[in-house]
Amino acid sequence: MTGVKAVEVRGLSKVFNAGKPNEVPALVDIDLVIEPGEFVSLIGPSGCGKSTQLRLIANLLEPTTGEVLVNGKPARTARLDQDYGMAFQQAGLFDWRSVVKNVELPLELKGWDKARRRTRALEMLELVKLPEFAEHFPWQLSGGMQQRVAIARALAAHPPLLLMDEPFGALDEMTREHMQAELLRIFGETATTVVFVTHSIPEAVYLSTRVVVMSPRPGRITDVIEVDLGPGRDVDTREADAFFKKVTEVREALRGIQPAGVEPDIVQVVDEP
Amino acid sequence: MSRSPRSVVAAVIPPLVFGVGFLLIWETAVKVFDFQPYFLPAPSAIWSAFRENTELIWEATKVSGLNAFVGLVVGTALGVLISFALARFRLLNDVMTPLSVALNAVPIFVLVALFNNMYPVTSEVPRRLMVTLVVYFIVLVNVARGLREVGATALELMHSYAASDIAILRKVRVPNAVPYLFTALRIAAPASVITAFVSEYFGGSQNGLGSRIVGNIALSNNAEAWAYVLGACLLGLSFFLVALVLERVATPGGVGARERVGA
Repeated sequence: MTGVKAVEVRGLSKVFNAGKPNEVPALVDIDLVIEPGEFVSLIGPSGCGKSTQLRLIANLLEPTTGEVLVNGKPARTARLDQDYGMAFQQAGLFDWRSVVKNVELPLELKGWDKARRRTRALEMLELVKLPEFAEHFPWQLSGGMQQRVAIARALAAHPPLLLMDEPFGALDEMTREHMQAELLRIFGETATTVVFVTHSIPEAVYLSTRVVVMSPRPGRITDVIEVDLGPGRDVDTREADAFFKKVTEVREALRGIQPAGVEPDIVQVVDEP
Repeated sequence: MSRSPRSVVAAVIPPLVFGVGFLLIWETAVKVFDFQPYFLPAPSAIWSAFRENTELIWEATKVSGLNAFVGLVVGTALGVLISFALARFRLLNDVMTPLSVALNAVPIFVLVALFNNMYPVTSEVPRRLMVTLVVYFIVLVNVARGLREVGATALELMHSYAASDIAILRKVRVPNAVPYLFTALRIAAPASVITAFVSEYFGGSQNGLGSRIVGNIALSNNAEAWAYVLGACLLGLSFFLVALVLERVATPGGVGARERVGA
């Protein structure tokens, strides 16, 4: 099936509360094609609709106009077929389930039998390097470990696409860098396509093969930056010149984009004494 | 979950010392100030009244206890059942919830007087009905909340798996509501006992703990009345403890043992 795109977004727009006084145009004219095996980050100030775009790809929201194809199928069909796994800012593990049972959840919903579920879930815990915590409960784990379980759960059914909404946003800097390295390793080992929402520039550059820069009010794509740091990224990558150059490039692309909620005339008043 | 013997001792000693100290002060005060028995009997007098009347108190405890138990079981079953219906049907929820909350704020046990008129004088049904009603509201309000207040992330996650409403109910809403049910039971268990006693004040057979307390006070048998109060305390406490133990056993991973919002 050569030529099938991982994600295809055509003429997409989303208006919240359409036709009501509190109507908000969240996204306009979004076109984006993601090839299988890409790691694409969506970056932009809050309110630029990057999370909305991710939810439209996931079919958790319906577009106002335009279409979304995932694996060459309409987004809704892709969701019903469980063609993607999703991870959120909150790990969202179920307190009443052990770690391994949390990972089994998507497999249960697919109707897998118990033995097969357990085998796969343990494999996934192996992948995120938490096999010894299978029988623990989520609240016994640190934030970073919980997020790793969430990633194991998202990948349990081996979906070709992984959608991540600021998954490391609530973690401290050290854990965050560690998790980024882990995610790259898993990305390399599983050949999954990733769409990753973040508002951290270094995070986007370090992880991605492509960074999509978005602006708010209404949300649209203003720039797409290729990141050719090669596949074998490690701690040294973060200190390489090429890395800093890309970080600067993304920062420049974001500059001039007005953060949501700050009106230009207010900025003027502050600037003039 | 597992507590070391030392921490158990540390948890038990302070209230034990306080309780014994309180009884000693009470006993001494009665002796020193020479309180009359009709005003306040000494703990020792209450204890001997309790010992002398153990059998009568036990009989009365069985009557009140059974009323409370029947009401607790029926009320809980009814509360759980209706809260599922509310979670399923939006309209029903919009109609029932404000009503339940409002009724829950009213001291509805006075309704037993009306129930008494519907049944023969010696019937225990009005009292059980009253307990059922009180328990029902406590369970309904809590369990409905547990079924409804599920994290947004959990729901998005389930939708991303294309999970059906039934699957969301079974795998998210019901397990989420379990701690709420046990919170409700911890409140409802002592409340059922109290309601059973109070219901006896509104007429019917003079066979339960509540009516015996009133009866003995009327006869100025103060120590006996207090002995029945002691029986009532023990009954309420045992209901509470059973609810607590059930909670520990039924919630996997000690979820119930941890602090929860609303617990």
